[in-house]
Amino acid sequence: MTPRFAPGVRLQHDQARDRWIVMAPERMFIPDEIALEVLRLIDGERDEIAIVETLAEKFAAPAPVIAADVRTMLDDLINRGAIVK
Amino acid sequence: MTPAAPLALLAELTHRCPLRCPYCSNPMALARAAAEMTTEEWARIFREAAALGCLQVHLSGGEPTARRDIVEITAAARTAGLYTNLITAGVLLDAGLVERLKAAGLDHVQLSVQDAQEGGAERIGGMKGAHARKAMAARLVRAAGLPLTLNAVVHRQNLQNLPELIALALEWNAARIEVAHVQYYGWALENRDALLPTREQLDTATAIVKAARAEHLGRLVIDYVVPDYHASRPKPCMGGWGQRFLAIAPGGEVLPCHAAQSITGMVFANARDQPLAAIWADDPAFQVFRGTGWMPAPCRGCEHAERDWGGCRCQAFALTGDAAATDPACALSPHHHLLAEALAEAGSESFLYREFSARR
Repeated sequence: MTPRFAPGVRLQHDQARDRWIVMAPERMFIPDEIALEVLRLIDGERDEIAIVETLAEKFAAPAPVIAADVRTMLDDLINRGAIVK
Repeated sequence: MTPAAPLALLAELTHRCPLRCPYCSNPMALARAAAEMTTEEWARIFREAAALGCLQVHLSGGEPTARRDIVEITAAARTAGLYTNLITAGVLLDAGLVERLKAAGLDHVQLSVQDAQEGGAERIGGMKGAHARKAMAARLVRAAGLPLTLNAVVHRQNLQNLPELIALALEWNAARIEVAHVQYYGWALENRDALLPTREQLDTATAIVKAARAEHLGRLVIDYVVPDYHASRPKPCMGGWGQRFLAIAPGGEVLPCHAAQSITGMVFANARDQPLAAIWADDPAFQVFRGTGWMPAPCRGCEHAERDWGGCRCQAFALTGDAAATDPACALSPHHHLLAEALAEAGSESFLYREFSARR
């Protein structure tokens, strides 16, 4: 699947607090470092496999481990309405 | 000590509204059009709010689209860097206005609905023809590619239609529905006998929400705001007074909570003549209930003090006459019995509708 941000959802820099934040309709999520790495790769073009490959290379980690983490994170964001397939 | 910056601003652009909902969150004494701030004043406030650390602005009212400059106001909020959310009754929206709002950078629309069917919705909202216009507004918003949340305020006289309200959110292609039980200050407090749900209604509603969340997972997010008259712990109102949120009334009064003007005797600074950052940091109206230092027993030293912040100041004032009292929604409050008494008395059907000159 190719994840993309749901309408009205975007990753934004919070300048006052120097952190990244997911802005969503009447809500905001503060991503942890790992989630942020994934969110930054979501552009509506890259599919899940490409995201996993990019992160596996960047962190020199086995792809299956990264894949499981990415899957869990995407499922959570889909259930919260922040990401759509 | 400098308080942490606020996250969100509620901008009450006007108190004018074509609807007359008997639980309106506006104060009993409504601001007239002549008292409203200008486009330029709001634009400056948005820049100040963003610089202060606000991330999101809720453009609300009254009906925010009753202002002729709503597009300019939206653009000013977005230019300031704020995530812009329009909280609307939808009855004044047309295709041209929705397109102009979208072009101005609007991020999201929250559309209110008073009931699932026309008859009930229009009796509660007090406006003929409103329901069909809302259905049209939902279509226009989605056609423009804007995300939509349905805001369903629920109470004794429409809770039986909760499944249909959730179905309406799906039918109108909303990604989210907020099922919000009425909170009782101002107009809603005046209408409490007609609005308070029974315990059975509340439990049924909670079960329906739970089942619908599972059924529509990944398709519809359901937010649920519970009524605290049946609770034994108070809500952490506003995430703590003066901690995360500020509201600005049509005339520029800066409020720690949109209902704060219901606390008689409180004086609020005005964003027209003082910088927002100074008001947030130092204004006595923000300082008075910030943190835990103001708390009386049984809040003082309570293990829940930094979880619920003593509950709601407006509700404490409305029910006990003392804004510094523990919220009676807490079972530890000496006034907790007032809630059970109100529940026992409820059952009226008639409403006092919101008006600029309502007779009490």
